[in-house]
Parts: sequence; C-alpha cells; structure tokens
Amino acid sequence: MKFGIIVFPGTWSERDTHHALNGVLGQAAEYIWHGDEALGQYDAIIIPGGFSYGDFLRSGAIARFSPVMEAVQQFADNGRPVLGICNGFQVLCESGLLPGVLMRNDHLEFRCIWTDLKVENDSTIFTSKATAGETLHIPMSHGEGNYQADNATIDRLEGNGQIVLRYADYSGNVTPDINPNGSINNIAGIVNERGNVMGMMPHPEKASEKLIGGDDGNVIFSSMIESFAASLA
Amino acid sequence: MPVSQETLDEIALSRDEYEAIVDRLGREPEPLELGLFGALWSEHCGYKHTKSLLRTLPSSSERLLVAPGAENAGVVDLGDGLSVCFKIESHNHPSAVEPFEGAATGVGGIIRDIFAMGARPIALLNSLRFGQPDNARTRYLLNGVIGGISSYGNCIGIPDVGGEIFFSDNYKGNPLVNAMCVGLIEDGKIASASAKEPGDLLLLVGADTGRDGIHGASGLASRAFEEQAEMRSAVQVGNPFLEKVLIEACLEALDLPGVVGLQDCGAAGITSAAIEMAERSGMGLKLLIDEVPRREEGMTPYEVMLSESQERMLLAVTPGQEMPVFELFEKWDLDATIIGNFELGENVRIYEEGAEITSTPVITLTDAPEYKFTGVKPEWLTKLQNADLSANPIPTESPADMLLKILASPNIASRFPIYRQYDYHVQTNTVVEPGGDAAVLRLKGSKRGIALSTDCNGRICYLDPEIGTAIAVAEACRNLSVTGATPVALTDGLNFGNPETPDVQFQLTESIAGMSRAAEAFKIPIVSGNASLYNQSQGTDIFPTPIIGSLGLLEDVEKNSTAGFKSKGDVIVLLGTDSTWDDIDGLAGSEYLDFIHGKVEGQPKLDIDLEIRTQAACREAINQELIVSAHDLSDGGVAVAIAESAVIGEIGASINSAPGERWDAAMFGETQSRIIVSVKTENLPALKAITT
Repeated sequence: MKFGIIVFPGTWSERDTHHALNGVLGQAAEYIWHGDEALGQYDAIIIPGGFSYGDFLRSGAIARFSPVMEAVQQFADNGRPVLGICNGFQVLCESGLLPGVLMRNDHLEFRCIWTDLKVENDSTIFTSKATAGETLHIPMSHGEGNYQADNATIDRLEGNGQIVLRYADYSGNVTPDINPNGSINNIAGIVNERGNVMGMMPHPEKASEKLIGGDDGNVIFSSMIESFAASLA
Repeated sequence: MPVSQETLDEIALSRDEYEAIVDRLGREPEPLELGLFGALWSEHCGYKHTKSLLRTLPSSSERLLVAPGAENAGVVDLGDGLSVCFKIESHNHPSAVEPFEGAATGVGGIIRDIFAMGARPIALLNSLRFGQPDNARTRYLLNGVIGGISSYGNCIGIPDVGGEIFFSDNYKGNPLVNAMCVGLIEDGKIASASAKEPGDLLLLVGADTGRDGIHGASGLASRAFEEQAEMRSAVQVGNPFLEKVLIEACLEALDLPGVVGLQDCGAAGITSAAIEMAERSGMGLKLLIDEVPRREEGMTPYEVMLSESQERMLLAVTPGQEMPVFELFEKWDLDATIIGNFELGENVRIYEEGAEITSTPVITLTDAPEYKFTGVKPEWLTKLQNADLSANPIPTESPADMLLKILASPNIASRFPIYRQYDYHVQTNTVVEPGGDAAVLRLKGSKRGIALSTDCNGRICYLDPEIGTAIAVAEACRNLSVTGATPVALTDGLNFGNPETPDVQFQLTESIAGMSRAAEAFKIPIVSGNASLYNQSQGTDIFPTPIIGSLGLLEDVEKNSTAGFKSKGDVIVLLGTDSTWDDIDGLAGSEYLDFIHGKVEGQPKLDIDLEIRTQAACREAINQELIVSAHDLSDGGVAVAIAESAVIGEIGASINSAPGERWDAAMFGETQSRIIVSVKTENLPALKAITT
C-alpha cells in the first residue's frame, strides 16, 4: 500500500508518520509538498501533525488554501481514505471535509500526555483491527483539541456512529474527569458520513513501538492497510 | 572628541576599555565602530571575565570530533556513524524583563547554535530558577517562561525531554532560564561556521532585520539591570514557525556543493555572526549594509549591525554557485540575500551607498580584553561552613508528617504540571520520559541510545563553590548512570553574579576549579558552554549556579533502567554510602534545612572516588540486568528518593533500617554518592559481588 504524507511549512510529524508506516509497518510512504496537486498514485493520504503555517490566524486556517488541499478534497470525494492527525484534523475541519471545529483546550494550556481512547465504532476502515469498547493507549500533544459542533451536528454524528474515538480511562469509562481538553462528549476522533475521512487529535504515529511506550497506534494504520487489501480482493 | 559617559554606559564599555580601543586602533573609533566593539567586547560575546578560567577546563576525549571553541559547539562521536553536538545557553535577563518572549527566544537561539553545526535538533532541556512561588510576580514570570518554552518548542517539533526547576528567593529578582539543545549529525556531515576561499559570498537568510534586540548582548546580558521596563525593547520576539522552516531549509542547503559555511545569528546579530566567521576563516570581510532586508524604514547602519532580530542565519557560498541556494530558499518561502563577501585582508569593511563607512581589523574587534583574578575566600563563608548543624532542633512532628511536608516543598513536588505543557514525544525517540533522573532517547537505526540531564544545586555551590560544582558534575553524571548510560560529555551554563566583586570572583574561580577536578576524575570533556554574569538584583548576587548539562551513551538502549519500583517483594538497596546512617553533615545545604529550618549552612562534601565507583557499580548492575530500578538520591535525601520511586512505580515500600537519634538527618540528609536501587531477592548476592 502506498501512503502519501502531506507536508506544509511547519508540519513536524511527517517523519514520525513515515517511520511508523515505512520503518515499522513496511508500507510504501512518500512526502507530498503542499504545492503539489497530483495525488493519483497514492492509496491513502495522511495529513500529519505540526503547526502548518505556524497556525497563524487559527489552526489549519491557512493550510486549507494550499494547492494540495484541493487535490485532497478531490481524493476524498472519490471515496479514497484520508486521515488527519492533530493539526491534520484541524485542517480537515477548516476545509469542510469534516464537521465541527477544534477550539483552544478548555484549561487554556498545551497538553502532552498519554491518553486512553475508547473505540466506539470498529466498522470503519480506520478501526477494523480494533474491537468496539477496547481502549487504545496513544499520546496527545496539542493546545487546540477541544472538539465542538452545534447540537444538531453532534446528534447526527452520534446517531450515525461517526464518533470513532473518545477519551476514556484505562478501563474504557468515558467520564468528564478524564477529558483532557473539554471536547464535547469526550470526542477524540470522528469520521465523515461516507466513512473514508477521519480526523483524530491524539498521535497514532507516536505509539508505533513498545520501546517508545507502546504500539497501539499501529491499530489505526493496520486497519487502513487491511481495509485497502480487502478493497482489492 | 572624547566619548561621553552616557555613550559608554549604553554599550556597557568601561572608560579603560575605551582607552584600550583607542590605543589598539591608533585613533578614536567611529560611532558605528564603537557599537561593534561594545557588542563584541561584551561579557556575553567576549567572555572577558571567564575566558582565562574556561581555558583550564578539560577539553579532550577520544570521542571528540570537533574541539570545544573551534565551532559553535563541540561534536562527540557515538559510533555507528552517529555523532552529537550539544550546548546550554542562558536567557536570564530577557526572561526577567519579558518572560514569554525571553524564554521563547532563548530556546530559539540555542536551537540555531545546534543546527548551525549541520545537526538535526533532537532534544531540548531547560534549567530554571525562580523565587518562591508564593509571590505574584514570581508566578507571572514562571507562567510566562513556561509558556514561552512550551510555545516555541512545541511549534518547532523538537521534544522537550528534561531539565530542572528550583525555587529560592535568592533568584526572586533575577530568575535563571537556561536552555540546552542536542543535535544529531549523521555520516560525519559536520558544518563549519567559516568561509573556504576569499571571494566566498556572505548570504543572510530567514527573517528581515528590525529594531528588536538592539543592545541585547551588551546591555541586557552583560551588566546588572534594575530599570526593567526601559530595557523591554532589548528583548527579541520569536517566530518558531519561521525557525522550523529555517532548520529544514538550512539542513537541505548544506547538501548543496556551493554551501561551505553556516553560522547562526544570535547575540549581537550580524556583528557577532559575520565578524566571528571572518575571524575563523582568517579573512577580511566586506559588508554591504544596504543589502540587508529591513523590517522597517529608516534604520541606521548601527541599528542594522546590532539588531538581534531572531530566525536569521548566515551562509558562506562559493561565488557562481548561489543560484541553487536561492532556489532552495525560495521553495521554503524564505528570503536569501547576498550581503557581502569574504576577501583577502584583515579588516571588516562596511559599505553604505557605495562608500566605505568603517574599516576595522577583525582581530582587534574579536580579541576582547581578558580580566584575570584570584579569589579570596570571604569570611562570611567560613562562618556558614562552620555552622553547628546539630544546633538545629529535631522536629517535634512525627517523621511521617515531616515527610509529607517535605514532599510538598516546591523544590520536591512533581514537575508534571510543568512538563505536560511540553511535547516530549515528537520525533518518536523518547524511551524514558521526563519525571525520572535523566531522559533516554533511542537513536533510530542503531541499538544505542543517549541519556540527557541537567543539574546544579545553587545552595550547595553557594556554601562551597569548588565542591558544590564538583557535586553538580557528579550528580549530572549520576542521573545518567542510574539509567545505565555511561557519561561521555558535558556542557556548562555558568550563571553568576557581578564579576567585578571579590565574592563573585572567588565563586567563579573556585567553581571552575571544581568543575575541572570532577570532569577530569570522570575522564569526560566539557564540549561547550555559556557564561551569564551580572545576575543580581538590588545589590545581591544570585547563588553561584554553574548548570551542568550531561550526555551519556547506552550501548543497548533496551537495557535502560528507570526510577520507579517495579514489583512487590523486591528488596530496596542503598548503593554507595559508607557514611553513618544519621550523619548530621549530610544536612549541609539540604532542602530540609532550608525549607524547615530556614537555613542555608554547613560544609558540603564529596568523595569523588566513591562517587565514580558507585556509578560504575550501578551501571554494571543495570547492564547485567540485576536490578529493576535505580534512582539518584539528591534533594530531600533517602526518604524523598524512596517516596519518589514508590510514586513513579505506583507501589509502596517499607523501610526496616533504624535511623538513629537524628532521624531528620537520616531521612532528609543529602550525603552524596548514593543511589536507591531495587532488586529481586535472588539477585542480591550477585549485586553484592559487584559492589564489594
């Protein structure tokens, strides 16, 4: 499987994502410069974490106007997989590929911690290797991960099973106490209605090996790989 | 025309120094020239009070690829085609004036020092000192500094993996903000901050030049400061996004055949950066001041030369090969401008509108005066050292209550509320996270790993600068050894008071002597460093605070050890001590004595041979996988160390050793060269065999 990893000026998780996909999972992965517009050769696109364009104005607000984002829009419209991680999630929301916004953390501080993410929906192409109800131990690192949307949107997301990951404790209990940033309903990751575009604030690429604290993040990437193989069969 | 005192004060040169300039030039300096001297002869750039002392530090090692002082930082070989460079730098006065930007640009500055060597920055650490946090202004400074470090480091994608923070009202008016950066160099591709041939072009890349930071080096960094608000414009403003892009562009540029040199623009801006490059190249330099892109209209050559605008770098490029360089920087949306060229000759010549406005010998500018002094031990210190520690009453509280009290001291309590604001995972190399003794990073593509730490107890250095600094070295190394890493190199961040006073001269002399002695005993070099003097407020000097940054090597990173206890039934062993259990001398300079009795007194001690043997035994036990945890014993003594290992490991401990009459000294004494380890019962005999 061939992954394309988008690089904006200020992106910093592209190498970590490349290492997880290529170095650990043995998949082909290439960097795509923000000025490029041809994505046809890739089987999936990842918009990695970082501070694209310094997050000036608002996180992801400038990146959405990059030439490459028009191509990503097209790629997604064709039903092909797109995963936005952290800043990538913010870019996807800004560009309208996913609903809602990521506001400043409710405590107003940047937060770098390990989180436990309860898998709410295991039938997406990003979570097929997980079992609903299990938790994934994956770190987060952001100042603006407080997911918010209007009530109608939240109801729709909840009703459609579009909320894929929620902040939980180790045993999978979703409580206000464990919420690290104020996200409504402890939302950590969502998919679009079609199920081919996902955004998540925590960093699966930072949990790719036991040596660095855990490899639960590979569940997300392996699910994409498995689903892609299944789509070819 | 004789220069006015006001002008000299502005650039922090003394009348004698001015006379020396006139003498060396054989004439009065031009105003612009005088600005150059002010910057280059500042304490910050010229190391006037420390140069002769720093020369005595051990600087050789089989592992050294670039010697200290030859470039922006020394380079240490790690094997497997990998090498590292690292350095610590202070941004104390800017952070006292404008904490957020001061700390942020301190981080930005040290990162530039590191990637100027051709190294990819892989880790940041920071060492902070503040007044007690019960003061509103201190909390403002603390929040600002942490916010600045967090903002810059997180945006730029370099993990902030460690450091320390210490509170004492001695630092209330003059906090310390020291940042350390570590860079990884692959395949020996070390960059040099010099030109190769006369005619090489000098390119300025990155940000435009503005009026920010003028007199940062001479004014803020090199003298005592009291009128804080007035100096605010001398603090620079950082843009971490621009620096992130600059890192990527500069590292890419070093692969172009025409790029022969890379230099960071830091303190004293283009003046220091370009003139030091010329000196290192043994060439003259022609600077076209009009070519420097400006942020604002009407800037004078003086302002352009002395601006400390951030996120700028200088490149030396072979003439005729500049086009690919321009194309590369354009790809990253960065400006790159030819602002001059190196030439045969001895002078730096500055041109404005086609005419030469100054011409000054490079060597005269860079050869700042050197002040030598020998310290005399002050009487007040002898008195403090000879204090009768047993006169401090045994507390009336129970030992358990006292432990809880000490654990709540700002100097002992968990640092998690601070470091959770820093990204310590990015780059996915962090094997041991902040919160233990040293951070451990793996090196991708190698079995090896590195351990990193910073250490210095200012209270102990105050009570005995020689032994205190030797203890700082010992402890910075002990932090590495408890992870299983062998110490291989050190960097030093010297933070001292006013060097024109006899007390501080004594502290400086003794401290460097102690650092030398300890580093030689460990057989490791000091590969880089920084000196920040004039740290005082309202006439009181800070505790001498020579911060030691340490780097260790693990042959097999998978074998690292951590501080937390692992399982029920394991035996807790105290490694290293042969002092009596309730040795009252261990209270000298301790957290307990300061926090509970309000005293900083006593004579600190260090047996360097015992220290080295203890650390070697600990590393050997880790290497043989005999022990399951190891934790350095420092602030708060044995009781706090055990409590920390228990908290980290989420497992309790019971201690069945009788402490003796002075249970406070037994529990909270800080006798050096001790490590708390835990071990499976069946491995106790093998551990004993190693340690005896």
